[in-house]
Amino acid sequence: MDLAYSAEEEDFRVRLREWLAAALPTLPARPDPLDWPARRAYDCGWQRRLYDAGYADVHWDASPTQRLIFLEETELAGAPYVGANFVGLLHAGPTIAAEGTAEQRARWLPPVLRGDEVWCQGFSEPDAGSDLASLRTRVVRDGDAYVVSGSKIWTSHAEVADWCELLVRTDPGAAKHRGISWLAMPMDAPGVTVRPLRTLAGSTEFAEVFLDEVRVPVANRVGEENDGWRVTMVTLSFERGTAFVGEVVACRRLLGELARTARENGTWDDPVLRRRLGRLSAEFRALWRLTQANVSEAQATGGVPGAGGSVFKLHYSHARQELYEAAAGVLGPDALDLGREWTLDRLSSLSYTIAAGTSQIQRDIVAERILGLPKGR
Amino acid sequence: MDFRLGEDQRALRKGVRELLGRLFDREALRAAVDSPAVDRGLWRELGAAGFFALRLPEEEGGVGLGLPEAVLVFEEAGRVLLPGPLVATHLAAGSVPGAAEGDVVVTEVGEGLVPWLDEADVVLGSAEGAVPMRSVDPLTPLHRVPGAPAAVSTTEGWEAVLLTAAEQVGSAEATTGKAVSYAREREQFGQVIGGFQAVKHLCAGMLVRTELARAAVRAASLTVDPVEIAGAKLLADEAATANARDCLQVHGGMGFTWEADVHLHLKRAWVRAELLLPAARAEETVAAGL
Repeated sequence: MDLAYSAEEEDFRVRLREWLAAALPTLPARPDPLDWPARRAYDCGWQRRLYDAGYADVHWDASPTQRLIFLEETELAGAPYVGANFVGLLHAGPTIAAEGTAEQRARWLPPVLRGDEVWCQGFSEPDAGSDLASLRTRVVRDGDAYVVSGSKIWTSHAEVADWCELLVRTDPGAAKHRGISWLAMPMDAPGVTVRPLRTLAGSTEFAEVFLDEVRVPVANRVGEENDGWRVTMVTLSFERGTAFVGEVVACRRLLGELARTARENGTWDDPVLRRRLGRLSAEFRALWRLTQANVSEAQATGGVPGAGGSVFKLHYSHARQELYEAAAGVLGPDALDLGREWTLDRLSSLSYTIAAGTSQIQRDIVAERILGLPKGR
Repeated sequence: MDFRLGEDQRALRKGVRELLGRLFDREALRAAVDSPAVDRGLWRELGAAGFFALRLPEEEGGVGLGLPEAVLVFEEAGRVLLPGPLVATHLAAGSVPGAAEGDVVVTEVGEGLVPWLDEADVVLGSAEGAVPMRSVDPLTPLHRVPGAPAAVSTTEGWEAVLLTAAEQVGSAEATTGKAVSYAREREQFGQVIGGFQAVKHLCAGMLVRTELARAAVRAASLTVDPVEIAGAKLLADEAATANARDCLQVHGGMGFTWEADVHLHLKRAWVRAELLLPAARAEETVAAGL
């Protein structure tokens, strides 16, 4: 049991820290968070900088420990997060890297790493919600193409995406979890219509996507036909296992900011509020330790993150919402000002216990896969 | 970085689990509840096994292990509700003659309370004016002592907080296990209750609390940072007390009886939570580190 990093890992950290210190002051001003085209340009610009410096593939090719250091250092330095490249870098990319052919990896991975192409996630469908496998989007095989019809919802970044990781039903007669395939669909294909959805925060970060006889080459299928559910599980374990790691560091930084503000505006003198911040600090410190435990496990087994990601996400998503509730106590009337980043983030945090599998679904996963309790509702 | 148990640590945990299974099984627990006293024979066997001398150097007759290993051992003690002033005696090994061997029972005054006062051979701190109370935990006799509790300031003081937190983690793990095994056996409405989402979700919550507290406690045993120890104690107290309550709920009416062990876990968890660095002070300590 050792929390010390190796000399090699520390060397990676030092070089990264030096690079960040030089690179961050030259970044352009952050765009309006509600302006997605501007955010795409900004996020892809940052990704290009990472690519040129040799850090672009840290989410895929680096060791889990190096990735942890990367996320820790970029957050501590206040660098941009993956943003619009979330799906490409943390979902579709790792999935294609793990399950794609050599041609598929060569076609899709480099543009993601360079920040040239943005991906969105076409998993959820209307009425399906957390019951992901109940999808109805269907295909008809026509020569070397799948002709896709149906609709998707909650498609993150669809408004600005070039590609969609799309789940379709290739065998309607098969059992629910069989007969599904994973396709890479170009968003500019004829028949694709994107209708942005406005979130309660006012942003259009996700959308409905309508598919009317869209032709997707069979060569764009990742994994075997009708084996898409297994491929999807690979994607989801990446999502729960590693996608939130850096955000714990961000929360610890935010908590520090909050304590400074509270000391300045006098709310720190309120013992109830002060103790609440203390409790949150203990929780985020522990979440960081839990992250290090999960990363050590992943590093040792070489596998994709398992159900341990659900344990993490259950507590993290709740604690993050609590952080913004405590922030409202410190900020007072300012917490009602949409011009404050805190306010927008407080609204956004309401999605944390829903997105990437609701807390209720995560509890089922923990109960069934870790504790061995029977399936059932 | 490799924040997993090493091979020796896993072997140590396994060995301690087997040892405690022999020395203090459920029958011994229930017998001790009926006549709460420090079992001197058990105390000496623990001493002979190195429980108290775990961190003394080998040249002084100790086992020569460190705080991370002590945390693993105290997690196991917490799992089986091993009674007696274990933390105080462990910390006194090396300074109080006989403590390392288990010949002497050492207790310490903490937070206006002193456990096992009448049974102890040596009392650290002033127990002047101590008044016995009817302890909520049938296996931890308590006296009240006058005066305000002192802030934790010494290394030993922080180690005592951490080892107590480790016992809480062990208890939280045990109540999770008890709830899950009951939920897999007990049938209602034609199926085991563990298939009901309402029950499953209670159990999942117990595991999440335990894992978070365990990560915090084990990390604190490596950093020995007071702020990290305070945070670990806070989360471990919560895991032990909330898990015992949820475990009781899963057991239904059975959980409310004296025969079920759940109440013993809950009451001991309450005592440990109050005895050293209670929640309010732990929260203040972590807040001061912000």
